[in-house]
Amino acid sequence: MGELRSSTINFGPQHPAAHGVLRMIAELDGEVVQRLDPHIGLLHRGTEKLAETKPYNQSIGYMDRLDYVSMLSNEHAYVMAIEALLGISPPVRAQYIRVLYDEITRIRNHLMWIGTHGLDLGAMAVFLYAFRDREDLIDCYEAVSGARLHAGYYRPGGVYRDLPERMPEHQQNDRISAKKLKRLNEDRQGSLLDFIQAFTDRFPGHIDELETLLTDNRIWKQRTVDIAVVSPERALQLGFTGPMLRGSGVEWDLRKKQPYEVYDRVDFDIPVGTNGDTYDRYLIRMEEMRQSVRIMRQCIEWLHQHPGPVMVDDPKVAPPRRENMKGDMESLIHHFKLFSEGYSIPQGETYQAVEHPKGEFGIYLVSDGSNKPYRLKIRAPCFVHLAAYDEMAKGHMLADVVAIIGTMDIVFGDVDR
Amino acid sequence: MDSILSLWAWLPIWLQSVIIDLLLIVAIMVPLILGVAYMTYAERKVIAFMHVRMGPNRVGWRGLLQPIADTLKLIFKEIIFPKNSNSYLFLIAPMLSLGPAFAAWAVIPFTDQLVLTNIDASLLYVLALSSVGVYGIIIAGWASNSKYAFISAMRSGAQMISYEIAMGFALVGVLMAAGSLNLKEIALAQEGGIHQWFFLPLFPLFIVYFVSGVAETNRLPFDVAEGESEIVAGFHVEYSGTAFALFFLAEYANMILIAALTVILFLGGWMAPFPIIPFTLIPPIAWFLIKVCGVLFFFLWFRASFPRYRYDQIMRLGWKVFIPVTIVWIVVIAVAKLTPLGFIFS
Repeated sequence: MGELRSSTINFGPQHPAAHGVLRMIAELDGEVVQRLDPHIGLLHRGTEKLAETKPYNQSIGYMDRLDYVSMLSNEHAYVMAIEALLGISPPVRAQYIRVLYDEITRIRNHLMWIGTHGLDLGAMAVFLYAFRDREDLIDCYEAVSGARLHAGYYRPGGVYRDLPERMPEHQQNDRISAKKLKRLNEDRQGSLLDFIQAFTDRFPGHIDELETLLTDNRIWKQRTVDIAVVSPERALQLGFTGPMLRGSGVEWDLRKKQPYEVYDRVDFDIPVGTNGDTYDRYLIRMEEMRQSVRIMRQCIEWLHQHPGPVMVDDPKVAPPRRENMKGDMESLIHHFKLFSEGYSIPQGETYQAVEHPKGEFGIYLVSDGSNKPYRLKIRAPCFVHLAAYDEMAKGHMLADVVAIIGTMDIVFGDVDR
Repeated sequence: MDSILSLWAWLPIWLQSVIIDLLLIVAIMVPLILGVAYMTYAERKVIAFMHVRMGPNRVGWRGLLQPIADTLKLIFKEIIFPKNSNSYLFLIAPMLSLGPAFAAWAVIPFTDQLVLTNIDASLLYVLALSSVGVYGIIIAGWASNSKYAFISAMRSGAQMISYEIAMGFALVGVLMAAGSLNLKEIALAQEGGIHQWFFLPLFPLFIVYFVSGVAETNRLPFDVAEGESEIVAGFHVEYSGTAFALFFLAEYANMILIAALTVILFLGGWMAPFPIIPFTLIPPIAWFLIKVCGVLFFFLWFRASFPRYRYDQIMRLGWKVFIPVTIVWIVVIAVAKLTPLGFIFS
């Protein structure tokens, strides 16, 4: 007796709560976690190395696939790094569009998070309610880029194209009644901005719905309050960023501390927690969605009033206009060079970070003056958070392990890269 | 016709009664199994409705044949025996959990006429059988030789035993109020309209009994034994095909059983809420079924909206809240019975 106290279980990678491909070796004493050993790398695709073999623009698509629930934020850090080395800055309208889409991405990410976090703790309704709204945001992605997930919308020097004047409508088919079709297309009569405007009007009510289900729910509170408490000092030591850090009470948000794009021109607050537990982080993310709606509204208003270019007028970086290519030899050459060889970036290195929905997502880019990165290092927030898993889960029960995965908001594309 | 009757008369008396009993059992089992099948359909549809989605709508008209399709699928699937499992226990476990779930129906009075065996202490019989049900789960978890299943077996063993106590105490209150251990007598003691039903004077016990019932059947928010996102499927993680279907059947049969017991013990059984003309026109069996469906709806509602408790929180709720509440209320009933206020509790 006494020697065979703890049992080891293998949790994942084929596990409904593993959020992808997390594999954990958990040592349990009864149900209390003694040690938790996350094994990562099952989704490693060598993004950093792949980027070294391609012209700069061709790696934008890989960025989408890092954190595949907040695609445009990843792209944003990457294009910002290229812009910093090139010394260009996108037109203001493009900056507003980027901020708008960053916030759409934030809501998308948080909806995914609350859905899966709720589902992990057994609250099934939350998942489906969250996905209903997420669908609208996916449509926003689709409207600008044609892709529902991996948009590839941001480019060094701006965005791929201006916001469309018409929002695509649902088509009639035999499974949909005319009445339902009309209701579905109600918000889609105007431009994309009108559609997003309608979303921002309706969405705060939907957040209230989610909060009604969870915030004061006794079971939800019992499952989240005082779970995985991280002190502010320890959170800083562990390298936490984003809601994980703010949950511990550290007021740190790159959008405020080192504003990029037009975040210094929009008005918003950053919520900060007090206890550093799972419940605080839950409240923060819910509030962040409300703040994102606020930012989106300001962007929509500005974008309505200020038409203009969305791409720098630099043929080395941006593709020339189609019409020009038909008659202008120079433009045709630029087009060919841009899409075959790409552009060269002056020698140098930079680190650019954005406030990704999950934390600080940074790109460290070293250029040797050629058309491909010499080295690309991705600073992924999830990786850092996952490293603290053992510390957060120690002493909690097996059921809390699942709650902690949820509160970390882990995505494996980001952890494994 | 005459020849059949003469053949019947020719049979010995004991054989006649056996045949009649078997027919009665079939008459209960077939609707019950159908009820379970359509309970799963109702569950999926109701929850889907609450979740703003469609639910099954492909097999048959509005998906009405979905349960049949599911059953067929499960029957035709192979039962996989894990290599290191104890195959004898592995096979017997689903039967052990299904048997009591069905056997308890023998004493359920559907109306004052319709009851298979009207034994004296039928409440005790039901309690005894629902305690046996836990063996199926524990043995399943043990025989699978899987750590997930084992954790689940431990969880559900502890949970069911502790909620059995709270449930038992809640029932003590009922039998004190009714003065009988016979389910039919208990139901008859609530005759005379909705104000006579036991859920009013025994309201705390009613709540405790119903919540314990949800916990007994391992339904959300107490489904730690299955804990889909924690221990995957718990005790039946290694089960497939028909063996899994038996567990499924047992869970739903138990749910309906708990609902039926709640109706008989607290909601006046087959009695109409008001003994006046428009209500009494509906036959008693229909009242019984309506009430059972109403209670079952709550099971589904819980599942659609609540998060899951943690294992230790469930134990705390059972031991530190429910059992004290029931004990206090039993004392209240006992004291009240000795005072002129005793009429409230009868």
